[in-house]
Amino acid sequence: MTKITPELVAEHGLSDDEYGRIKRLLNREPSFVELGIFSVMWSEHCSYKSTRIHLRKLPTKAPWVLQGPGENAGVIDIGDGDACIFKMESHNHPSFIEPYQGAATGVGGIMRDVFTMGARPVAMMNALRFGEPSHPKTRHLVSGVVSGIGGYGNCMGVPTVGGEVNFHASYNGNILVNAMCIGLARTNKIFRSAAKGAGNPVVYIGSKTGRDGIHGATMASAEFSEDSEEKRPTVQVGDPFTEKLLLEACLELMATDAVIAIQDMGAAGLTSSSAEMADKGGSGIELDLDSVPQRETDMTAYEMMLSESQERMLAVLKPGREAEAEAIFKKWELDFAVIGVTTDTHRLVVKHRGEIVADMPVTALSDEAPLYERPFSKRATATGTPSYDAKRPILKSLRTILAAPDMCSRRWIWEQYDYTVMADTVQCPGGDAAVVRVHNSNKGLAISTDVTPRYCKADPYEGAKQAVAEAWRNISAVGAKPLALTDNLNFGNPEKPEIMGEIVSGIDGIGEACRALDFPVIGGNCSLYNETNGEAILPTPAIGGVGLLQDVHRMATIAFKRVGEAILLVGDTKGHLGQTIYLREIEGREEGPCPPVDLAAEKRTGDFVRRLIEDGRVDTVHDVSDGGILVAVAEMALAGDIGADVGIAGMTQSIPFFFGEDQGRYLLTAAPEVADRIEHELREAGLVHAIIGQTIGEKVLRVEREGEIALASLRALHEGWFPKYMSGEEIPPSN
Amino acid sequence: MKSAVIVFPASNCDRDAAVALEQMTGRKPHLVWHQEKDLPAVDLVVLPGGFSYGDYLRSGAMASQSAVMRAVKAHAEKGGAVLGICNGFQVLTESHMLPGALMRNADLKFVCRAVTMTVEETQNVFTRRYANGQSVSFPVAHGDGNYFADEETLNRLEGEGRVVFRYAQNPNGSARNIAGILSEKRNVLGLMPHPERVVDPLLGGTDGRGMFESLIETLS
Repeated sequence: MTKITPELVAEHGLSDDEYGRIKRLLNREPSFVELGIFSVMWSEHCSYKSTRIHLRKLPTKAPWVLQGPGENAGVIDIGDGDACIFKMESHNHPSFIEPYQGAATGVGGIMRDVFTMGARPVAMMNALRFGEPSHPKTRHLVSGVVSGIGGYGNCMGVPTVGGEVNFHASYNGNILVNAMCIGLARTNKIFRSAAKGAGNPVVYIGSKTGRDGIHGATMASAEFSEDSEEKRPTVQVGDPFTEKLLLEACLELMATDAVIAIQDMGAAGLTSSSAEMADKGGSGIELDLDSVPQRETDMTAYEMMLSESQERMLAVLKPGREAEAEAIFKKWELDFAVIGVTTDTHRLVVKHRGEIVADMPVTALSDEAPLYERPFSKRATATGTPSYDAKRPILKSLRTILAAPDMCSRRWIWEQYDYTVMADTVQCPGGDAAVVRVHNSNKGLAISTDVTPRYCKADPYEGAKQAVAEAWRNISAVGAKPLALTDNLNFGNPEKPEIMGEIVSGIDGIGEACRALDFPVIGGNCSLYNETNGEAILPTPAIGGVGLLQDVHRMATIAFKRVGEAILLVGDTKGHLGQTIYLREIEGREEGPCPPVDLAAEKRTGDFVRRLIEDGRVDTVHDVSDGGILVAVAEMALAGDIGADVGIAGMTQSIPFFFGEDQGRYLLTAAPEVADRIEHELREAGLVHAIIGQTIGEKVLRVEREGEIALASLRALHEGWFPKYMSGEEIPPSN
Repeated sequence: MKSAVIVFPASNCDRDAAVALEQMTGRKPHLVWHQEKDLPAVDLVVLPGGFSYGDYLRSGAMASQSAVMRAVKAHAEKGGAVLGICNGFQVLTESHMLPGALMRNADLKFVCRAVTMTVEETQNVFTRRYANGQSVSFPVAHGDGNYFADEETLNRLEGEGRVVFRYAQNPNGSARNIAGILSEKRNVLGLMPHPERVVDPLLGGTDGRGMFESLIETLS
């Protein structure tokens, strides 16, 4: 027996108080295996001990929500008996240590969360944050993460249809890799994880258990330091081939009615899946580890319970259905083993080589896990209007911005992802939201991931609100009705009051926007301790939103389509320059307040624009976000290879007009007589709007009083940065 | 036209091929599991895209050894049509049903994009509905599409009119811009781009329809 010493407790990431709590709950000292089980189940990663009390404040209900937070993924009803199941999850720490495998297993993990609920994954998205381009590790990390995401998703045959990428020095030592999976099921065939009833067989399916990934959840719950490289052995290795077989086998098993409950073995593997299933089912589980399929010899109970080997699932079957299930997994050449049974004892009992190595109440691992109301402090948010040089030529600034690392085309990335497999991708990467058709129907799912971390740094509350509003806006901009979102809250160390303040404000901001926009949170993930040597990342509450298009034939894209159409700006432009791309890229300053979001105006504007698309009156729409109006016009022109002639519509200052990042705005085009009619309706609705120009026959972007620039030249700048950077041709200046 | 789509472990364009075939022919194709030793009576066999057996060895190498491939070879030897798309093309070269090999893309990266190709040959069951020299756009999505064969083989392929598609802009380093080739008997076609992904106007074009129409015209 390994003796439990204070050092051993500390190595497991448990505080003295927490260890005392364990002894009280057990009425004795834990065994070594029990200590391991507590350490992962009580880790921040698994227990949400710092955020649980705040997350409860988020709105999670709507008539169309079939499953909110608490399951492997959230579920919404999209009509006709169809359900959409989705979730976003981080794999930040492993991806920094080993970018290819970290990102690949992040993709694999989130896919399992979705197909364990009975859905076939139909789309993948990702939200990535890297350090500054000049940092010596950035190129290697970008390359590894992108090929890891592609390597896993492409093999699975699930299209990766979009995402977002930022570069910022705060991520130099702690990148963010957030992956989102969207799946489809029938509303009457959704599988959950509650292991109800006693005497039912607990079966293990998928690949064998090895020694990889032990302590992964604990690693994800601590700050990084210089020696983080030594943690490489805790990173799991992905096998998308096995996962593809596991997907098909699970869906085949689910087509029978043999399954009571099923859950993937993700973080904390066998431990968390068995404990959570027993907890949700109000039952107990007894496991016999001798039956666990093992990849290595002489594995201890501790290693098996903590292994994070990938591509594994735990299921509870109806008694007597084992042979039928086994035949399916044999066909797919996967391991299948009955490794335990459900009980009515409410205890998790683990046996190994004839001995009981763990025996603990299930609630000790769930309800009784520590819950912290950590102290928090809120920073003063910036105020005022940043100064700028009013004489700078507009088009020169546009050229700089379109080629900036945060603004240039992401083609280099998305061309490494198969975005057309499954033959339902009706809106490819590069637009406001990706759209995948619901197979065998005319319906479409619109998906967008959003957050602007520099806004969140300036004001965690407004920034988080903005992230939700932008996801909602992007979905509306293609013509879809936003239905629900998943959040991925990436922050620093919650034990620091100022970081905890960012977390609390961020959750409050998300909540306010969700309530105002009728856009509930149906699942998510928290990734805390994103710090290296005490330096935290920018607060990054990534939002993954999903909406429904009733008819994919009535959908808008950003590309200009016809010459001679009016370009109509909808939404109010005050010329907000604080925290803009313009200020950072042109003036070299990150300062001022972030743009506020008027949620009531946001909703009215978005609902109006969406109706225009639904009615088939408009098919060209782009939301105005990073970079402002002129960047949005340039993106529309480049996407359609049609020029434009624009002016400042009566405003006095051209720089704030063209580059301000006021929220709640859209650009759309329509034939002049249609635009007249739309303007009339906008006036009646009391919505601010202006015609700012028209599309033209010459392939140039012309700006009133400023001159013009050829689209070919803009395209070369916009498309050029990423491939040049990645091939090492251009060493970007550090600033 | 009756057709079958072979399903290897981790084929992932099997459904896409089946949907396109059903849409174009009005009949559901048979989905045939890799362990089957016999094929149903069909006019066309499709080897779909994907990552058969994970492609952890050379792409297509494991699949070429599977039981069903003996039946596919026999079907081809009797003159039956076989269409290998992407991973299917890799399986065909690994099975020696087509010459040459598909290597890692020249820039070592997976590439997914619409590519423009010229139709170089129309005297065969797969492309007779296209015009000679016609420009068509199909998507590619592969990591190992860099076609290689020795000079003598390439000369022979060109001399015998067996290069059916050539890239206008080479996405992967393929020798002589080759995107798709025919067998000697002209009844087996392998190509990297995906015709089954371009039969629906909503999905970026209908240039792939010509291939299915050609097959239907000849084999029905």
